[in-house]
Amino acid sequence: MSFLSLSNLSKRYGNQYAVADLSIDVEKGEFVTLLGPSGCGKTTTLQMIAGFAEVTSGKILLAGRDITHAKPHERGLGIVFQSYALFPHMTVRDNVSFGLEMRRIPKNEREERIRSALSLVHLDSYADRYPRELSGGQRQRVALARALVIEPPVLLLDEPLSNLDAKLREEMQFELRKIQRKVGTTTIMVTHDQSEAMSISDRIVVMQQGKVTQIDEPYRLYDQPRSTFISTFVGKANLLSGLLRLSDTGFNLVLHECNIAVPDLSIDPGAFVTLSLRPEKIIFTPVGQGQLDGVVAARYFLGDQWIYYLNTAIGELIVVTSNDDSKPLPEHTSSGLTWSTGSLRLLTDSDHQP
Amino acid sequence: MTSLSRLRPWILSSPGIFLFFCMLVLPLVLTAVLSFNVFDHVTGIKNQLTLEHYVTVLTDSYYNGIFWRTLWISALTALLCLLIGVPEAYILSRMSNPWKSIFLLVLLAPLLVSVVVRSFGWSILLGPQSVLHNLFAALGVGPIKLLYTESAVIIALVHVMLPFMVIPVWTSLQKLDPEVQNAALSLSAPPLTTMRRIILPQIMPGILSGSLIVFGLSASSFVIPGLLGGRRLKVVATIVYDEYMHELNWPFGAAVALILLTVNLLIMVTYNRMVEGRYKKSIG
Repeated sequence: MSFLSLSNLSKRYGNQYAVADLSIDVEKGEFVTLLGPSGCGKTTTLQMIAGFAEVTSGKILLAGRDITHAKPHERGLGIVFQSYALFPHMTVRDNVSFGLEMRRIPKNEREERIRSALSLVHLDSYADRYPRELSGGQRQRVALARALVIEPPVLLLDEPLSNLDAKLREEMQFELRKIQRKVGTTTIMVTHDQSEAMSISDRIVVMQQGKVTQIDEPYRLYDQPRSTFISTFVGKANLLSGLLRLSDTGFNLVLHECNIAVPDLSIDPGAFVTLSLRPEKIIFTPVGQGQLDGVVAARYFLGDQWIYYLNTAIGELIVVTSNDDSKPLPEHTSSGLTWSTGSLRLLTDSDHQP
Repeated sequence: MTSLSRLRPWILSSPGIFLFFCMLVLPLVLTAVLSFNVFDHVTGIKNQLTLEHYVTVLTDSYYNGIFWRTLWISALTALLCLLIGVPEAYILSRMSNPWKSIFLLVLLAPLLVSVVVRSFGWSILLGPQSVLHNLFAALGVGPIKLLYTESAVIIALVHVMLPFMVIPVWTSLQKLDPEVQNAALSLSAPPLTTMRRIILPQIMPGILSGSLIVFGLSASSFVIPGLLGGRRLKVVATIVYDEYMHELNWPFGAAVALILLTVNLLIMVTYNRMVEGRYKKSIG
């Protein structure tokens, strides 16, 4: 029996399903992220767990207790809101103290817990400030301290980093993960930022149009995407669609009159399939020595990497190389391209892009 | 050049200053001067100065009673408006369109009808042989005399003043982050506690300005007490009117008006200090 389990959860607005038949099991101490584009139902799911959105059908079990229809204030979950939702008329201390007061924690213990929560988020010396006197990152930390101080069974994070600037966001990602590891609270985060999801989650739940499309560890999600949507939403991907054929050398994908060797996909030859090839798995070779030749149409420098767009016989391919000491390819030059056959992934969904 | 740029703010604001001077400062000063003039019932206003009018108002128990009545009626009106208006504004802010727009219109519509018409409406509703009267009689309560009592004045004042309470409170409710309420709920605060500890302190500025407006307007209201209080239930504004129009004792009327202004200001400033002082630091 998992710690938090959502089974066949649905939410209907009018005759539109915001979330349809969603089932997730979260283990104790796990960090699970709901990832998807806006409008995919991830926030609605979080609100149903929090109790702010009525569940249309399905069940939510927390440590074996049915909380599907419990009132929000009876669930006792810690929530960090997108806007942080700090109480503007209270000091940082009072903000953090509020949840403890509601639980009638005696004053001595309360003070002790406030102190340790604030030191957890490195805000010890800010206890007497008001939220408006803090920076965005500090407010975020107060919101986290306020949610964690009540020692909730589950911590819910609603796009917690989206209001921070890029540099701070990256710092907070690791900080958040570190804190979560330290206190061991089961955490569910909602985000539309795939890099954020990948860097801090134990498992990622990809959602699309109210449905779960894949639940996996970040590494597996990236390496074994199940659909074209996931392969392009999580990182970049070259999508190769063609006819699968069996020849004496093995399986081949016929694409624009080119034959590309593919691994055994345990699919009958003659099928039309889409394969995903990650840009960083492609290696440059001298012309004529790779599987394909291509011409560099454009290249972009990102500091730690180069992104190349190459025109090839099978269409445009994206190649990413790290900025090592080798000389980058200038535009309009030709190069051979190769990759290991094993790095091709079959996408099983039916939404092939023509 | 520099002298011109220094003068520019004054030149630009001169229409406003001129307007305020002509419409507010000058009449007030003239009223103040008038209130110190000696009045004789035979010869009228004399060019002599006296403190007699002020002494009369401040010492005569008749006038003290009228001042006291005006103030408690206004304070009670402000309190009732607060008790009705704050929940009303809260409910209004939680409504979704089109109901929100419809109810806001219903709330504001009375402002489009003349106070005189509304007062007559209330006097029909509260008078003897009225619907309300018959209803009370049918329920076996009464007969209750409402018209020409303080109750009638307060009922009508609350009705007229309610928008002045609801609108500022509603405005400050609009500024609230709706997630803040959810945050409080998530921290196990029951809905009523959330209301008291999270919502209410944040809309205090709206409640403060709303109650000040209601109190100030009620204390100087003239038509409603005049029509629903009748000839015998005087308030300060009706006294001022009587002195000016019936007794023709303008200096005395001016003195009463100025004392009302002063008392009003004193009460409002004190109240403002008290409430704001408590919330200033947190509301910022």
